[in-house]
Amino acid sequence: MDKTQNNKAWFLVLPVLVLVAFSAVLPLMTVVNYAFNDTFGNNQFFWAGLDWFEDQITSDRLHEALGRQVLFSLIILAIEVPLGIFIALNMPKSGFWASFCLVLMALPLLIPFNVVGTIWQIFGRVDIGLLGHTLAAMGIDYNYTNDPIDAWITVVVMDVWHWTSLVALLCYAGLQSIPQAYYQAARIDQATRWSVFRYIELPKMKGVLLIAVLLRFMDSFMIYTEPFVVTGGGPGNSTTFLSIDLAKMATGQFDLGPAAAFSIMYFLVILLISWVFYTVMTNLDREEAR
Amino acid sequence: MSRITLSKLAHSYLPNPKGEADYALKEMDHVWQDGGAYALLGASGCGKTTLLNIISGLVRPSQGRVLFGDRDVTDAATTERNIAQVFQFPVVYDTMTVRDNLAFPLRNRGMDAAYIAKRVGQIAQMIGMEDILNRKARGLTADAKQKISLGRGMVREDVNAILFDEPLTVIDPHMKWELRTQLKSLHREFGHTMIYVTHDQTEALTFAQKVVVMHDGRVVQMGTPEELFETPAHTFVGYFIGSPGMNLFDAELTGTEARLGTVSVPLGATYGPTTGRTQIGIRPDYVTVSGEGLPVTVKRVEDVGRHRIVRAEFQGQPLNAILPEGMTVPADPRVSFAPGKINVYANDWRIAPAEKVGGAS
Repeated sequence: MDKTQNNKAWFLVLPVLVLVAFSAVLPLMTVVNYAFNDTFGNNQFFWAGLDWFEDQITSDRLHEALGRQVLFSLIILAIEVPLGIFIALNMPKSGFWASFCLVLMALPLLIPFNVVGTIWQIFGRVDIGLLGHTLAAMGIDYNYTNDPIDAWITVVVMDVWHWTSLVALLCYAGLQSIPQAYYQAARIDQATRWSVFRYIELPKMKGVLLIAVLLRFMDSFMIYTEPFVVTGGGPGNSTTFLSIDLAKMATGQFDLGPAAAFSIMYFLVILLISWVFYTVMTNLDREEAR
Repeated sequence: MSRITLSKLAHSYLPNPKGEADYALKEMDHVWQDGGAYALLGASGCGKTTLLNIISGLVRPSQGRVLFGDRDVTDAATTERNIAQVFQFPVVYDTMTVRDNLAFPLRNRGMDAAYIAKRVGQIAQMIGMEDILNRKARGLTADAKQKISLGRGMVREDVNAILFDEPLTVIDPHMKWELRTQLKSLHREFGHTMIYVTHDQTEALTFAQKVVVMHDGRVVQMGTPEELFETPAHTFVGYFIGSPGMNLFDAELTGTEARLGTVSVPLGATYGPTTGRTQIGIRPDYVTVSGEGLPVTVKRVEDVGRHRIVRAEFQGQPLNAILPEGMTVPADPRVSFAPGKINVYANDWRIAPAEKVGGAS
């Protein structure tokens, strides 16, 4: 088929360009503006070059927040992905209980982030919280406001509670697409439970699982509201993750220059990691087909 | 390898079956001889697959027992039965290579590597896949995948039986013939008990020594292709086997004759008193259209290549006849029936003649 060549067709892209410019590009440019300039208010800007970037790259505070952030993302991926798979494997495949489980699993996903934070903030309190009080009554020394380890455990458990459902539901969808004949063939071939998982269930889940990992990584890498509500980044700085640190810097201390430079690098890091994920995913796919 | 006995077997998919109609398989007693090549033939939904899945243990029968040799395996899981089954649609392990797919059942049984390599080589040669053994099974075409499934079904030498559930549905016609021939030679070579489910009579008749015809959850006849052709035990067999199927006429029996409308057809034998609906059946192959015999009205003649099929009306009932090559339909067409080739049915089941008379063979 011959395609008509007409450069005027580019004008059709214009509405989208305008829309994206106003909703994303221009606000981002403001950040860029702050990142390369210094200001003392009054809308007066002085060129600062890469100073803010240098300042942030060498900042211990940022390194520590980044370290905590990476550790947090790794921990919740290591827990949520296997747990999600395990739950999906054990959910009923059909009937009333299947629907029941689906609704139950979807519930945490429907709760707004700050509500989740508030729930756990109260739940964990030693004086009035069910969890905190019960643990205290059992003689376990638990206090997320004083003890960094307890704070970490609370934040991790909260995230697992909130988001494992997403992994489980995605895996469940992958599992549901496996025809019964595959399980029957595996029984005929005398496959073990592990072989069934390894050669039938896992390959069919792989696509959704990679999406789940990507989503959970991105979300956890930008986590803000829940830990902010529960611990406020404390005790000390022990649960100050990247975005909490960023918000402190920008709106707490009003250090707009460093915060803007920080934001841009943060954005680039997430972009880079997502791109790596995507490339690995598509390459794996291509290799499989060979 | 062992004999398979189905004893008082019946199955219903409903939890509390009430009448006979609730049963996908009606009560049956059958013995499948060790090393036999059986075809399970019947229309869609007649219970063929259910029966197969009961034998392989994928479905537990609601009544009766399944025995392999003398061992009761009714409650044994599929993995314990050591049975191979090939499904209608290809089931391959996508992430494995063709080689690993073929080796999978052997590895699960803990065979040693040298034996597995040798056996996989043999099977690969049989299904013509030696050159792509190291490829991932994922990118292959549907019929290549089905060949892998077939290969995986046959890779174990010590299986009790190999069950095929319409395995050639997705295969190209020319490949179908080739694979069927290979299955047959494989059967001769290794003597596995093979049960081959199909709804294609040609497939059934060419593959099997014994054909089991199922209708409406019941085994209506188990016999050689010849028996099915000459003496169908049930009107369904008469109608299902043969192209076109057997002619069936409502009739009344009087002595050695059957009365159809205004004419009498000699049966060459006497029959005991019949109850219910009485029919006589004759294959179109045994109906001669010529200038002699009983009058018919010819509706049309179809040319199917080697011969022609005459579609006619006989005493108000439809009749098909085979017209051999070179013969023509006369102006005043009449039909005659080959003596001794008429079967008598009461309520759809064949009744044997009580006594043969008058020189009819």
